[in-house]
Amino acid sequence: MEEVTDNITTEQEKEIPHDPLIEKLQSQFGEDINNAYESYGMKTIVVSHDRVFEIMKFLKEEPELNYHFLTDECGIHYPLNKGQELGVIYHLHNMMSNNRLRVETFFSSENPVIDSMTPLWPAANWMERETYDFYGIIFEGHPDLKRILNVDDMDYFPMLKQYPLEDATREDKNDVMFGR
Amino acid sequence: MCKYANVQIGWRVVRAAQISNFKFQITMSEVKMGKAPEGSEGPGYFLTSLDKIVGMARENSLWPLPFATSCCGIEFMATMASHYDLARFGSERLSFSPRQADVLMVMGTIAKKMGPVLKHVYEQMAEPRWVMAVGACASSGGIFDTYSVLQGIDKVIPVDVYVPGCPPRPEQIIDGILRIQHLATEPLKRRSSEEYRKELAEHGIV
Repeated sequence: MEEVTDNITTEQEKEIPHDPLIEKLQSQFGEDINNAYESYGMKTIVVSHDRVFEIMKFLKEEPELNYHFLTDECGIHYPLNKGQELGVIYHLHNMMSNNRLRVETFFSSENPVIDSMTPLWPAANWMERETYDFYGIIFEGHPDLKRILNVDDMDYFPMLKQYPLEDATREDKNDVMFGR
Repeated sequence: MCKYANVQIGWRVVRAAQISNFKFQITMSEVKMGKAPEGSEGPGYFLTSLDKIVGMARENSLWPLPFATSCCGIEFMATMASHYDLARFGSERLSFSPRQADVLMVMGTIAKKMGPVLKHVYEQMAEPRWVMAVGACASSGGIFDTYSVLQGIDKVIPVDVYVPGCPPRPEQIIDGILRIQHLATEPLKRRSSEEYRKELAEHGIV
């Protein structure tokens, strides 16, 4: 395999020197807030995947924080981060103070199981189905975890990096024409 | 005062008005008569076979079913509109029900999930039926060489005419219609042909 750099750290990541939100979370959850930084102008925390539900519940229900709106939820695959290959990313929005927060959590592709956010946000239902559809991440507690966009009889999760993007059924593509 | 004259242009009879003050004229050189089928002619009669007459009627009143999923559909709208005017070829009556349609025009990217839907629509069409794949996506998957897109509609249904282009110009779509018309002149022959039956069987359509 070719040498591929797939470091999650980008130059855009900036440390947050002193932030009451991060300090509050760290005092509440300690080591389970693994990392905190600012990326592309958005506050980001990396949390342990086994406590993600508690942390999200705290972020939503604590009156001071009040991140009541789940803007987005999606999966990601970094195959070279051994033991932390798969991830789920949540985007939260507090509409009262107009603050946004990105929550990331990473876990092994051997056992891709994580708590569902559907008890907190019913809107997570379809987003988690989509994440399952493309990455095979299993959301425990989801009411109806099945494929949403791809054909039902698809037998793999197409956004995992080990699978080619191109359609395998195509016969007219000659590699020589494409310089391969 | 105006004079009326019935003028036949192609297969369409046009009532041309000639008003002395209004300059509107159709000169005889512009009027083109349609080609009559093979047959015997004499004073007061014309003799030909029924299938030729039926073929001629079908050829000049094809009802398309537009299955438009993306930008090729926009080109088809231009083809239908007054500038290109598909009605000149007898295809102005779009049928949004497959049961009354003659030509299935597939225009745009067909995702794999849409494949069974397309096949279902095709199966609902009555014989004789023709299929036109308009544009690169419908013909071969086009630029969407990816896991979610059907690599050409001929994977699920038989196709009669492929129109290339991304998207094709209205002239090309009209050319495709004219080619379907050419096929439509002999619908009886086609329907019972071994080749057509084999094609249907290959796609699992009974």
